[in-house]
Amino acid sequence: MLEIDGLHSYYGDAHVLQGVSLNVAPGEIVALLGRNGMGKTTTIRSIMNLRQPVVRQGEIRYRGERLNDLSPHAIARRKIALVPQGRRLFASLTVTEHLTMLKPASAKHGWTIARAFDAFPRLAERKHHRGNQLSGGERQMLAVARALMIDPEVVLMDEPSEGLAPVMVQALEGVIAALRGEGLGILLVEQNLYSALALADRIYLIETGRIVHHGSKAELEADPSALQRYLGVH
Amino acid sequence: MLAFQIMNGLTFAALLFVVASGFTLIFGLLRIVNLAHGALYLFGGYIGFTISKLTGSFLIGGIGAMLCVAIMGLLLDQGLLRFVRGFELRQVMLTLGVAFVLNDLALVMWGGDTFTVATPEWLQGAVVIGSLFYPKFRIFVLVVGILVFISLWLLINKTRLGALIRAGVDDLEMVEACGIDIRRVFLVTFMLGSALAGLGGMLGGTFLALYPSADAEILVFSLAVVIIGGRGSLVGAAIGSLLIGLLNTFGQVWFPQLAYFVIFGPMAVLLAFRPLGLFGKAA
Repeated sequence: MLEIDGLHSYYGDAHVLQGVSLNVAPGEIVALLGRNGMGKTTTIRSIMNLRQPVVRQGEIRYRGERLNDLSPHAIARRKIALVPQGRRLFASLTVTEHLTMLKPASAKHGWTIARAFDAFPRLAERKHHRGNQLSGGERQMLAVARALMIDPEVVLMDEPSEGLAPVMVQALEGVIAALRGEGLGILLVEQNLYSALALADRIYLIETGRIVHHGSKAELEADPSALQRYLGVH
Repeated sequence: MLAFQIMNGLTFAALLFVVASGFTLIFGLLRIVNLAHGALYLFGGYIGFTISKLTGSFLIGGIGAMLCVAIMGLLLDQGLLRFVRGFELRQVMLTLGVAFVLNDLALVMWGGDTFTVATPEWLQGAVVIGSLFYPKFRIFVLVVGILVFISLWLLINKTRLGALIRAGVDDLEMVEACGIDIRRVFLVTFMLGSALAGLGGMLGGTFLALYPSADAEILVFSLAVVIIGGRGSLVGAAIGSLLIGLLNTFGQVWFPQLAYFVIFGPMAVLLAFRPLGLFGKAA
């Protein structure tokens, strides 16, 4: 469904992605793992075509259509949603406004306000609070709920477990798994290996802008040498 | 006498707010210090003057001024600013150039004479408040200023467009990544801000006057208001307007030689302690 083919991305003259290829199918969770500064966030930003980095080579296709030259909002309109690193909520908007700004409260189809509050009851309790008045877990829930309001088919998640308490990480894993159950494709960028291993169907390992390993979770678990080599875990 | 000066300060503040609210709206969301805002004010005044003279209606003049200046805003945004989006210095230089061009254009079209928009009959005369006789039109400006504040507050805080504008002020890139075509929000905001400059021109053209350098004067005041209030803050613009309006009025009465210092002196002190203005947030 989402295919990335030989992507080369640059920050100024820095050649950050050096030929990244990966794909995400409906109903699967694909994890992109790597240490800090290896190009995980750059991959996500390249897919959304955010202003930096600049993609100079390679192609991003979605359902056969080339995305490279589309603006971020046009890419989001094609039902590719972003849960960015650090949540990036809007500090001056209430919880409800985060959702209604993307879809009128009167909407009946797909993800509605009511459905979002059903899925995240904590947000319903906090609906009049502003983004910057929420706890870390609530912020992440809101970032996910906001992404869902565009009724995505693919969700790009950049380190969703970052800075969360273990109990919140578990809750979040439950949400992500449920989204897969509904047929969404999910690209999960993580530093938290255990969270990624708990969820992912397939795993890519990235090092200095190159995919150095690709396999199913079962394969990686059967032969963890790649994990040891590229992530330094034992 | 004191009450009279206070009213003068308040009504001038109301006019400043109408102009500066449009300015801060554009500054907050589009990150553009639109130096053509004063020229849009002047055009609003001249256009309102011409239309109200032709039709004999102050109201039609005012609506005409707002519509025409909103269209000028549309042309400025779509015709020029669109090509330098994201380059702050280029945007500022471009709007400065546009300000010069518009100023000369106004000189060609209306000449260098001073004009005053005729006060309509229903706003002539004075209102008696206790022992104070105060011009009805200035009270009208005060009411318009308050109405503009309430309408803008409701728009920004209670509507979906308002939520998009606030979200855009907070994090432009993230709004785009949520599937919103921010350029359309930009355009609506720019036209709204321009229309407010046009309305300000019509009001200012009636109780001040229209002449070739009136645009620079109002621009300097608006800049001071927005710098004091903080980028993109409506409440900040209101408080900044009150401060500048009152300081300017009393400065001219008490220290006529120091009138500008009375405004910009306190502004400099304020900025030393709050560099982002009273209600400003870091970008």
